[in-house]
Formats: sequence, structure tokens, C-alpha cells
Amino acid sequence: MSNNSILVIGGGFSGLTAALEAAEVGHEVFIVEKMPYLGGRVAQLKHYFPKLCPPSCGLEINFQRIKNNPRVKFFTMAEVVSVSGGPGNYEVKIKIKPRYVNNNCTACDKCVEVCPVERDSDFDFNLDKTKAIYRPHLMSFPMRYVIDDQVCEGTACAKCVEACEYQAIDLEEKEKEITLNVGSLMVATGWVPYDVKKLIHLGGGQISNVITNMQMERLAAPAGPTDGKIQRPSDGAEPKRIAFVQCAGSRDQNHLDYCSYICCMASLKHCTYIREQYPDAEVVVYYIDLRAPGRYEKFLHKIEQDEKVLMVKGKVAKIEEEVDTGDVIVTAEDIMGGVKKEEKFNLVVLATGMQPSVAVEESILDVPKDDHGFIIGGEEKGVFAVGCAKMPLDVMTSAETATGAALKAIQTVRR
Amino acid sequence: MADKKIGVYICTGCDIGENVNMEKVVEYIEEECSPAVLKQVPFLCGKEGLAQIQNDVENEGINRVCVAACSPRVMWDVFDFGPDVIVDRANIRELAVWSFHDPGLPEPEDDEMSDPLTMMVRDYIKMSVSKLDRILKPEAEPVDLDKTIMILGGGFTGLTAALDAAETGYDVVLVEKEDKLGGFAAKMYKQTPTKHPYEKAEPPFINELISKVEGNDKIKILTKTSLELIKGAPGRYKVTVKQGQEEQQLSIGAVVLATGWKPYDSSKLDNLGYGKIKNVVTNIELETMAKDGKLARPSDGEPVKSAAFIQCAGQRDPEHLPYCSSVCCMVSLKQAGYVREQNDDAMAYIFYKDMRTPGVYESYYRAAQDDPGIFLTKSEIQEVSQGENGKVLVKVTDSLLGEDFEVEVDLLVLATGMVPTISDEPVLKLGYRQGEQIPDLDLFDGFADSNYICFPYETRRTGIYAAGCVRQTMSMSTARDDAAGATLKAIQCLESVNRGVSVHPRAGDPTYPKFNMVRCTQCKRCTEECPFGALDDDEKGTPEPNTTRCRRCGTCMGACPERVISFDDYSVSMLNEMIASIEVPDDEEEGGYRMLVLVCENDAYPALDMAAMRMKKWSSYVRFIPIRCLGSVNTQWIAEAMSKGMDGVLLLGCKYGDDYQCHFIKGSELCNRRMDNIGETLERLQVEAERVQQKQISIDEYDQIPKIIDDFIEEIEGYGPNPYKGF
Repeated sequence: MSNNSILVIGGGFSGLTAALEAAEVGHEVFIVEKMPYLGGRVAQLKHYFPKLCPPSCGLEINFQRIKNNPRVKFFTMAEVVSVSGGPGNYEVKIKIKPRYVNNNCTACDKCVEVCPVERDSDFDFNLDKTKAIYRPHLMSFPMRYVIDDQVCEGTACAKCVEACEYQAIDLEEKEKEITLNVGSLMVATGWVPYDVKKLIHLGGGQISNVITNMQMERLAAPAGPTDGKIQRPSDGAEPKRIAFVQCAGSRDQNHLDYCSYICCMASLKHCTYIREQYPDAEVVVYYIDLRAPGRYEKFLHKIEQDEKVLMVKGKVAKIEEEVDTGDVIVTAEDIMGGVKKEEKFNLVVLATGMQPSVAVEESILDVPKDDHGFIIGGEEKGVFAVGCAKMPLDVMTSAETATGAALKAIQTVRR
Repeated sequence: MADKKIGVYICTGCDIGENVNMEKVVEYIEEECSPAVLKQVPFLCGKEGLAQIQNDVENEGINRVCVAACSPRVMWDVFDFGPDVIVDRANIRELAVWSFHDPGLPEPEDDEMSDPLTMMVRDYIKMSVSKLDRILKPEAEPVDLDKTIMILGGGFTGLTAALDAAETGYDVVLVEKEDKLGGFAAKMYKQTPTKHPYEKAEPPFINELISKVEGNDKIKILTKTSLELIKGAPGRYKVTVKQGQEEQQLSIGAVVLATGWKPYDSSKLDNLGYGKIKNVVTNIELETMAKDGKLARPSDGEPVKSAAFIQCAGQRDPEHLPYCSSVCCMVSLKQAGYVREQNDDAMAYIFYKDMRTPGVYESYYRAAQDDPGIFLTKSEIQEVSQGENGKVLVKVTDSLLGEDFEVEVDLLVLATGMVPTISDEPVLKLGYRQGEQIPDLDLFDGFADSNYICFPYETRRTGIYAAGCVRQTMSMSTARDDAAGATLKAIQCLESVNRGVSVHPRAGDPTYPKFNMVRCTQCKRCTEECPFGALDDDEKGTPEPNTTRCRRCGTCMGACPERVISFDDYSVSMLNEMIASIEVPDDEEEGGYRMLVLVCENDAYPALDMAAMRMKKWSSYVRFIPIRCLGSVNTQWIAEAMSKGMDGVLLLGCKYGDDYQCHFIKGSELCNRRMDNIGETLERLQVEAERVQQKQISIDEYDQIPKIIDDFIEEIEGYGPNPYKGF
């Protein structure tokens, strides 16, 4: 008799979808998420394209679905350490890292007031700081604080322990291991932004006013580091001329040898963020091809109507900083115009691509991957890759693959 | 259920105790509500706090618990005292203590009015108690049902869905109007790559799929069959199909719509030479020629030594199809390969606007770029004309070569796009009161798509899930996943309605609208307004509810002027009682104004929570009540508030319009329409219509909450107190 339960590795949008769709058919589902919260990448986005609606809206519904469904169980700060057995009968060992904050936490924020240590906020792509004890983010689910043990001074300090009226903090919490028996696995480990520091010619990670598309999301987000105001990191100035560099690292044999699918649409969406705040700002988008498939075309058409957004077909060769002003000089070829020229901008956004998480992080899963790290098999073992673990995709298509894979996982456990 | 016995537990942690005069709260609640138990607990969600409640449940027979503490979105899993105990949360932390802004009223004569925060807290508790007093324990009504899944369309998506459903253990009826299965996929010479490394066109696998479907004894295949009528509801559809002259009745549980696409009308492309120049064909026609082994010039049967492809023919063009068909770039790359395999010297030219081979398909594009016989350039087509010796002359401008040029080719191929089959014919033929088609298809240019990025299978007809190119333009590998996704949703619907619970977004909700028909006046509002077409009606106009189509939004309840409709845990009278529990000061100069805010629990309510967490403050004159959806707002609630002397009512809910964010599609929009009637009624009573307003807010617009509320209060203050106050 096959085990009826399903394990979902990754609690981002694909993982949540995969888990909930299977659970709402009636199966027990476990979600294993390495971050202290569920929601993954989309929790960092201000809006979705093309509808310009907030991802937190769909996340909230999915969290309600979890709350109302006893068949869904989830573990945050958790990672799979071993998988044994076979389809219908897997034994999976999960390592749960200490959060140091237990479920007594009421999110009252008193600990943060007394914590003396600061850290760069990875959630905000280092555009902001949090204390060593922090709320993962404003809509964190679970709404429970967490301690970064890389920077926390531990029991030597313990000011937070003193400040907490609810005995929610245990600085001596230890790592735990649990074992789950499941019939099938879905891998929804998602993606990481391509390491911008590798894009030396584009000033990635070196020029302060050259930011990534994901940093743009945080800058524009109401609960982001600037309360939603898009400004230059170097001096907080309002940008008047902004450039988007498409395929930054993507479609490039030296970096990511594929198209990352979402970056054209993401930059077009960012044009709307800019326009909302700065009606007069000028925007130039340097692209190879504008990839707005299906009904996304209508969104491209809408942005093209904006007279202050200029689309230039051409690859950016070089990006340099103008030291005195903090401005950024972009050298690009305008292919249609047949000229190469330098242009000055206040802010440059690199449309960096997506890399599968399993390509840059250790993974114990024994499944075939392509040269880039995308998972290209495993079905015969009852292991199903979904969303961006499988290929670069947008949210809508990720949700489709997750729903489809939920069916395959159910087929596996019902066999 | 045993007699109601209510316990009220007030948490004094998280700043609540320090800021609220608990003595006054307790005194007031004792006097007004006389609960069986009333306790203050310093840390209610902690072990000891929970143990106190548990103890009272076990020893005092408490079966309804008011938790006056933080938002129900926090500590959501700890206040569970078993299936027989109903818990309600009075959110006095986020909605009162944390967001409290002292109005700075002059010291009143009546000491009771001196502490606006304390008044607010006791209102929230009293509201919760009156809710607990009214609420019934929901009992689901399981339904006996037929679990057969009907797949409409026997093309690649439909076949895949049929096999997916059968292999999961469900009986399938596959309905195809043509005499053969396979759809467009069966007419292909080769298919674009569907698997790693995505570099080469593949031999079609459709025949293999057809044999698997034909060999599966759980799948009943009906070819040459047309759909005549779908009556009923999920789990118990009665479907009429017609094969030749013979009609058949089928019992069906859920439907996967996979009727696919048809080619865009190429006769509209005469500007590109179609219909005027013999050697101009569409990509579909070229595919047939290749499949038949007759890739030759239509004019004289001569071999095709050169071909040009014009991308986006009749697409990405407001005059034709405004969208992109997603696959044509890939198809032309494939078809350029057909031309090349004829002859080593053959040339293929592809003229594109943007080469759209997103994601992994970039590999296929690169493989074509490596072929010296395929010439690819971005360009604008200037002119297509008849050349000499049957050739077609194509003039292009703005090419990557930087200059205008022309090519003479044996064949010009127009990469035409897809039109969904459902856009202009009633493919579904639903016997529903609201019509036979899925509504609002024009939002997606005729595709049966979802308006939710997060929830791609949500349509306005529960139990019917679209997949493949009738939903969106897509490649075969996407359609393969999509078929599985839609099939899962169909199965999920069956495995929910059989337990009597709702599907998305209130998945698992056992409540359903109950109709007290005695009072029904056949006004038809509920049948017309239901966003999901859940209600049919008889000749007299009496509504006929179909619970398995229902999504539990309560729009019908909001629409009904006669309070015919209610849920066990949500009703017009329950909310009326809650509104009546709000203490309205007789004199606004002493106790301040009072405004009722009805808040959508899905988006606006979390926004309130987040605003409070960001320590935003707003007027203490407001009292919030969460509701399922603005669509469920019944005008009697507004009447109740105004007649009680409240000075205004604000409705906070989702954005509506083409990019609606309402999870029940039409709720906030319908509510807004009802506003007009409310305004008229108020004006008849000599009350300003502006005292009742609806504001649209997204979940992430929490920072705007203080302004929305304070602006509303300021506007109402401009009108002065409700003239009916104190009557």
C-alpha cells in the first residue's frame, strides 16, 4: 500500500500551489521551506504584470487556504537532508534550523527595540537593515520573528530575552531533525537572481546607482526600505532618466545561456512604477527582443504608448560611473539606428535573469538536470519538478505547472 | 448543540492592558452581555491562558469563546478547543490599541465618554458576543454525485486531459466534433521541441497518445459528436450530446474545456498578398503541404528553393489580433527547417518584429541561427508583390542590415495566429439562467482565461475548467501541463462537492446559502447577480439554488431585499445585531462621531492589520466589521447603522473594473452598483447620500488607510451629525 502523503520542497508560489491543490483533493501534504516564511520570491514583488495587482493578495488567500486545511502542514527554516525509498514509499529526513523564537511570539516588536546588532536585509537585497532579531517581513506567514545567528551575540547579550514578556525567545535552541514518510515529492525550489557581481562590464555590484530588477521591486514596495519611494541608492535623489538593460546575463553564453522569460515583462512593469511616481521621468529600455508572449502583448502595447519610454534594440556594451555626480554612463549599440553611443542616466536597472536555486545551492535530490541546473526528469521516480525549478517561467505558468504536477503526484500515491 | 454558553477572554498583553481601562470594559460587558465567564488574562495565547479557556470549556460548559486580543490573522492556530466550540476573535490589538489616535475631545460631563479607546474595545467585544449569540455551527451537506469527467475536444490537450483523468481513476467521456481524434497536432509534419535540449523539431507523438486513449477502458470516446446542452451543476450535470441524428444523455460530474483554437481568417491578410498571389500561404497550409509530402509552389508544383516567413501576420496588431499567439516564432523556425531539408541550397528568410522564443526555447532559436541557410532579421514589411516566374517579391525596411532590401522567393508563408474556438460560437451550451457561455470572455479577447495571475483555472462557472489554447495561446509542452492542471481542478471540484464543501477561494467551507422561500418575492436579484451563475429559476422567477455551483461569497445574500438568504455563520440578522451592539454617543461633541466600516476580509482587512503593524494611526470614531465580500453587503446593514444614529458607513473593498481584484469577481462592483439605490433612499430621508461611501483598496495599500478613513471622517463632520441621532 502506497503512502498517500506528498512532500513539497519549497514554499514559494509554485510550492504553495502544488501543496494546496493536492491537499484540496484530499491528500496530506507537507511543505518544507528553507526561509523563515512562506511565499518565496513573489513576497518580494510589489506588483504582478500585466494586471499590476499585488502578489500579497493571492498569498493571503493561499495562507487562508492553509489555515483552513488541516491536511497541510509546513515547516519553515527546514531543508531536506536525505531521501530514501521509492515512489509510493519515500522516507525523507528534514533538518529544521533553530529560529530561536517559538510560537509564543506575538509579533509585538519589543525585542527589536532592544536588539543592539544590525544586519543587511536579504529580503530587501541589502537596501535596508534589520536587527539581528527581526520580523521576516510585514506580511510574513507565519507571523513570527526570527534571529539571524550569524550576527546575534547570543546569550552574552540576551537583551531580547529580557524584553520579551512572553518567553518566546530561546537563544539556546538547537537544530532538529524529523522524518516524514511520503509517497511522492514535488520540487518547487524556485530560483535565485543571477549574481549581479558577475556582470562586471555592466557595473553589477560596483556602481551604486546600478541596481537589479529585484532591487527595484523592493524600492517601489510600500513596506520596502524607502517606504515605496523610488530613489537613487547613492544619494536618495529622484531619478529623472532611467535605463533598463535587458538580458543582463541572460541569452549570453558567458552567463546564462537561455532566456529568463520574465525580464522583459518585469521591466515594462517597472516603467509603470516609475511613471506613477515621476510623470516626467524619461526611460530607455535596451533590449534584444521584446518578449511579451500571448496576452502580455497588450501590456507592451500600453507601455509603448508612453512617449517618454523609448525602446532601443541594442546590446549594452559597457556601464560606467560618473564619479562626481553618481550618474551612470551607458554605452550601447542602437542596432536599428546603426550607431553606438554613450548616454547618461541617473539610475540604471539591470534586468538580471533567474537561475534555478538547485544550481547554486547544494541539493541532495537525485534527479537529472540540464547544464544550467533546471530539473529535466524524475517523473518515473515520483519526483516532479514544478515552476522555475523546471524552467524559467512567469507566475501564472508556474501555477499551471504546479497544479498539473499535483495531479501527477496524486497519481503516484494512488497507484 | 447544547445551550449556548459564552465565555469572554480579554488579553491584556501586547500593550492592551496598559492602554485600556479594563475595569470599565469588564463592568460594561458584564452589564450588557452577562457572559457565563468573563476573564482578563495577561498572555492569552500562552499555555496558561489557553489552559484557562480549555478548563472553562471542560468544567463550565463554555461552548462559544470570544477571544478579545490580536487579529485573527495572528495566532491563528492556537485558539482551537475542539469541534464543538465556536471561537470568535475581537481584534482589539490591531484595530484598537495599536492604531488608536486620540481625538482630543474636551473633557466630557459624562465620565463614561471620557475614554475613546476603552469605548472602542468594549464595542468590539460586545459585537463579538452578539455574533457568537447568533452564529450556528455549520453543517456541510454532502451530495451524492457522478464523478465522470467530460472532456470537450479531442485534440492534443483534450487527449492528454482524458488520459490524465483516467489514470487518476476517474471515468471519462471524450467528446470530439470531428470524425477523428488529434486536432491540429494530428495534422503536423513535425512538432516543435517539447523536451530537453529543445534544439530539434520532433516527430509528432500524437498517434501514440491517441492509441493510449483508445486503449484505455475508462475513457468513452464520442467522435463526430456535438454538444447540445449542459444542464445541472457540478457532480450532477445532465449533458445532451448528438451523434449524427441520435441524441444521448450523459451523467457528468465536471468538465474540462479543451476545444482549442482555429486559425485567424487569412482572407483578411490580402495586404500581404494572401488570396491575390498564388504562392502566398499560411503556416497552417504549409504544415499540411509538408505533412502530405508536397512542399511545392501552389502555382506550378515546382519545388520550393526559397521561402520567406512573415511573423505576426495579423497579430500584435489592433486591426487584427491584438495579442501574440506565443508559438508562431517557434513554428516558423520549424517550418524553415522543412524548406531547408528539401535542398541543401534552399534559403529561408524569417522577418520578425521580435523573435519570441522565451525561456528554454532560446536553444531552438540558437540552433536555427547556426544554420547558414536560415536568414533571420527584425524588420518591417513594406510590400508584398507578384514577381517574375511565379516568385513572390517581399520588400522590407528597418532591418538589422540597416538598409531596405527585397527578396524574391518561391513561397511566402504568413505566420498567422490562433483564435479561440469559444470566442464566437457557444461551445459550452450551458442551460444556466445567466446564459450558455462563460461570461466576460471579451476581457481576454475571447479566450476562456482566468483574471487571476495566482489562480489560472478560476472561471465563473464552477466545475468547468479550461485548458490548452482555448484558455491561452500556448505551446504543446505548456498544454501538456495545462491539461493536467485543469484535470486536477475538475477532480478537486468533485472531491469537494461530494463532501458538501466549497471550492476556491473558500475551499473547504462547509456553509452554504440557505433560502427561506416563504418570504421570496421573485425579484430575481439573486439569480441575476450571482457572479458564478449558481442560481436558476422557475417560470415564476423563484430561485433554484445549485449549491455545488456556489462559492459562498454571499452576493445573493447582499442582493436580497427580503432577508431570504443566510448562512449558518453569516447572515443579515447576525450583522444587524453586531451593528446594534455599537454604542453611539447621543451627543457627538461629548463622545465623538461613529462610523461603521464594513471591510472585505480577504484584502482590506489584512491591509488594516498591516497598517496597524506599521504603527499607523487613524480616527477612533470608526468600528470595523469584516465581511466575506463587499458583494454580500445588504442594504439593511446600512439602514441599521443609520437608524441607530451612526454618522456614516464606509465600505472598504477590492478594486473593480477590467482588472478586478475581487476574489469573487463581481462582489465589489455589484456593491458599488447598489450604492446608487442607497444614495437615493438616504436622500429621500433627507440624509446626505455621501454618508455612505465605497472605497477601493488593494491589500498592499495599507499606508493609505489612515488617509482614507480620516478623509471620510472629515467629510462626514462637514455634514454634521446624523439628523436621526438619538431618536
